[in-house]
Amino acid sequence: MPSLDDLRKRITSVKSTQKITKAMKMVAAAKLRKAQENAEKGRPYSEKMNNVILNLSKSITDKENAPKLLVGTGEEKVHLCIVLTADRGLCGGFNTNIIKKAKSYFEKIISENKTLKIITVGSKGYDQLKRQYKSYIVENISFKESKNINYFDADKVGKIIIEKFEKNEFDVCAIFYNKFKNVITQIPQEQQIVPLNEDKDDKDGSDNDNDYEFEPDEDEILSNLLPKNISTQIFKAMLENSASEQGSRMTAMDNATRNAGELVDRLTIEYNRSRQAAITKELIEIISGAESL
Amino acid sequence: MSNHFNIDIVNPEQSFLSKDNVFEVVIPAVEGEIGILKDHIPIISFLKPGIIRVFSESEEQSFYVEDGIVEFKDNTLSVLTSSIFDLKDADKNFVSESISSAEAELSKDNIDDQKRFLLNHKVEVLKSISIN
Repeated sequence: MPSLDDLRKRITSVKSTQKITKAMKMVAAAKLRKAQENAEKGRPYSEKMNNVILNLSKSITDKENAPKLLVGTGEEKVHLCIVLTADRGLCGGFNTNIIKKAKSYFEKIISENKTLKIITVGSKGYDQLKRQYKSYIVENISFKESKNINYFDADKVGKIIIEKFEKNEFDVCAIFYNKFKNVITQIPQEQQIVPLNEDKDDKDGSDNDNDYEFEPDEDEILSNLLPKNISTQIFKAMLENSASEQGSRMTAMDNATRNAGELVDRLTIEYNRSRQAAITKELIEIISGAESL
Repeated sequence: MSNHFNIDIVNPEQSFLSKDNVFEVVIPAVEGEIGILKDHIPIISFLKPGIIRVFSESEEQSFYVEDGIVEFKDNTLSVLTSSIFDLKDADKNFVSESISSAEAELSKDNIDDQKRFLLNHKVEVLKSISIN
């Protein structure tokens, strides 16, 4: 049975923790709004980029000589995985969910005897993956210093990928991030960016007969555009990720605040009971002492 | 019939400019400047460093761009660029910094002709901005 003093200390400590989680929740809520806005503002760019590439790839007739970034190297031996995570913890299952998704992909690659290379973006991902996959991690990038997500950072990652591709260091590249659905739900995503996955291809098949004039020719535009597209995809993923991170943190901190409240209630009841017990005990002692006189 | 069309300039972070009452846009495409009027045929091209001029009834706007992609289709001109600023709020320091960094790049030996051409061009455009 803890003493009254112990209980009092615990109650104060839980209360101060609750204050912290409450503050974090509110900060996350404010940041979430901004992150969501940013994600929305960034959407037109990536959508337009996608459209242009779609139109371009439709008009390419000579698939054999098409840029390798679009059609792939023809092999699937070396997989490069970009794992995008947060730089901070205390955001519920946010990082763990991405890692879980990535790990199952890694296991598949390894069991198929293919070569695996990992680039982690964000320090939490690196921390979690280095224990098990240290030998596969080729690069570890973190943008802790930059306050906001900016395109410049995404471009840096994009350039690293392009450079590696040009050196034939990988055949397939996939990125892992959390897609922001709403504050409570974030869906871990796996997206292949090299070669470009044309899954949404026939969404607007009516556009097929759109004859564009290209200046210079298609190939040149494509080879100029595809590297940019990679940076854009990374940027999009980073934006989604940051919105998800804040959302996830908000939910996690909300839960933590509530749990702390419950704990305080329980401890307070216990404290009051033991105080009452002590009083009753003293009363009994006094009364029985008086009676025996 | 009006001879107006739409223009959308977007950069990765946000939509930069969106107007629906322009009648001519001059863009610095990689193979020379292109003037675009209403009902231009669909075109896709990419940009070299230069100045985009947007003409609407009431005003004329100029923007400096470093690179990007343009698409014209259904009387909508989309410009995707990662670096753009309005000439009116051009930052002198930024311009001179860009000039010196481009010149530093030029003095390196290991650049190919195309890049050299683009950089030369960039310096030229930026200098003309800083004079004005």
